[in-house]
Amino acid sequence: MPKKAIIPLPVQHLSSVISRTIFFSLFFLAVLVFCQANETNEKKSVEKFNAGELIMDHISDAHEWHLWGAGDAAVSIPLPVIIYSKDRGLSVFSSAKFHHGHKTYQGYKVEHNSIVAVNEMNEVDAHDAIVNPEITKNLWDISITKNVVTLFFSCLLMLWLFISVAKTYLKNGNSAPSGKQSLIEPIIVFIRDEVAKPSIGPRYEKYVPYLLTLFFFIFINNLLGLVPAFPFGTNLSGNIAVTMSLSLITLVVVTFTANRSYWRHIFAMPGVPFGILFILTPIEILGFILRPFVLMIRLFANITAGHIIALSFYSLIFIFGEMNTGLGYGVSVLSVAFTVFMGFLELLVALLQAYVFAFLSAMYFGAAIEEHHH
Amino acid sequence: MELVKPAFGLVFWMFITFGIIVFLLKKFAWTPILTMLREREQGIQNALDSAKKAKEEMASLQLNNERILNEAKAERDRLLKEAREMKDSIVNEAKSKAGKEAEKLLAAARESINAEKMAAITELKNQVAVLSIEIAEKILKEDLSSQDKQKALIKTLLEDVTLN
Repeated sequence: MPKKAIIPLPVQHLSSVISRTIFFSLFFLAVLVFCQANETNEKKSVEKFNAGELIMDHISDAHEWHLWGAGDAAVSIPLPVIIYSKDRGLSVFSSAKFHHGHKTYQGYKVEHNSIVAVNEMNEVDAHDAIVNPEITKNLWDISITKNVVTLFFSCLLMLWLFISVAKTYLKNGNSAPSGKQSLIEPIIVFIRDEVAKPSIGPRYEKYVPYLLTLFFFIFINNLLGLVPAFPFGTNLSGNIAVTMSLSLITLVVVTFTANRSYWRHIFAMPGVPFGILFILTPIEILGFILRPFVLMIRLFANITAGHIIALSFYSLIFIFGEMNTGLGYGVSVLSVAFTVFMGFLELLVALLQAYVFAFLSAMYFGAAIEEHHH
Repeated sequence: MELVKPAFGLVFWMFITFGIIVFLLKKFAWTPILTMLREREQGIQNALDSAKKAKEEMASLQLNNERILNEAKAERDRLLKEAREMKDSIVNEAKSKAGKEAEKLLAAARESINAEKMAAITELKNQVAVLSIEIAEKILKEDLSSQDKQKALIKTLLEDVTLN
């Protein structure tokens, strides 16, 4: 039963929360300008500003959390490196041992943000070390990287947020929602009533916890990615490994809950002449694989694109600033204006992509448990 | 290419961490929240239903009240009418009774008047007889003063007696 008539209060709450969020995002955007101004001014003294490198650096994973500075003056938080090699066994050490990628350690070095094995076992200069492709092939790198730290952080945030909200529910009983509850509840009700119920059908209830976790995980990480300062600003939900894992988990859920009718519709579509099945079945199998693949690409592309656009606008300042300092200041006004605009857009994208991922997953579950009557 | 190549470590940690939070949140957050939400929705639905029921009851009660009022009015009217009728009948009865009584009295008066009249007539008759006898005596006294006359009278009287 739709309860649209009784939502003005949560909506009011939500709008005030949204305006607060917008205020804070503006504030953080200003911080980002400041941070990058510092960073690039120092960089300039060392080498020419390279926008591509800066952007790639920001959106990819790293074994250390770069705070500010560049080259040898860079300040970053070292993170634990955990590598398992078939030949060399398990190695656990701090990423500080790599000296920002300038040194090798225990026969490993960092190359383009990933760890490779080298022949030299003692500590030498990274540029002199020779990569050992045999060992590198059998290398399992499960280091706690910048993205893994963000992952842990966002998961702890979610646990704290939702378990405390659940406690409020248990404490308040059936009274009207208050505090965090009022922010979360409309979203939960929305996911349950507008995403799960219509797309999955009558047996939607067992999927709701997964869909809620999925939605909030993507949404919160999208938002955290928009906040530029430490410990936020990582491109976690725009990382292909993360989006791949999420879509694979959705695929696993589908595979384990799908009924016989679903599999029959993939491998032997009922009511179709035998000859046609030779064409149809490969298409259906392709569709089975493509759906999670599309989920993976969509989230990855949307969020990464948002990060790239924001960073590109800021890079413009420094590109023009290298030509002429005054020009740099002039362009900065335009860049900030554009980035603020993009920031608003990204807030929308953050919500929209989380919704789309959850909604398409729900559709996917719905198809998997649908009872076909012929 | 580094951007679109999924890193094994991150996939590994994603599966572990995401699996754990799905489990933990399901157990400690979503299940209680969804249960409470459903309970609250049911509570609201029940409250709305009972409010609707109360409203209906109210309406039926009002209807009932109106009916009772109408009945009472009709009853009053009926009673008033009855009373009026009773009054009329009592008055009429009294009137007719009074009439009868008067008639009876009149009849009795008439009867006694008749009786009085008859008595008076009888008295008058007696008086007339006495007077007649006296007159006759006086006349006789006058007439029988002569012998002839006495004889004539006796003669007529005798004739009459024989004739009888």
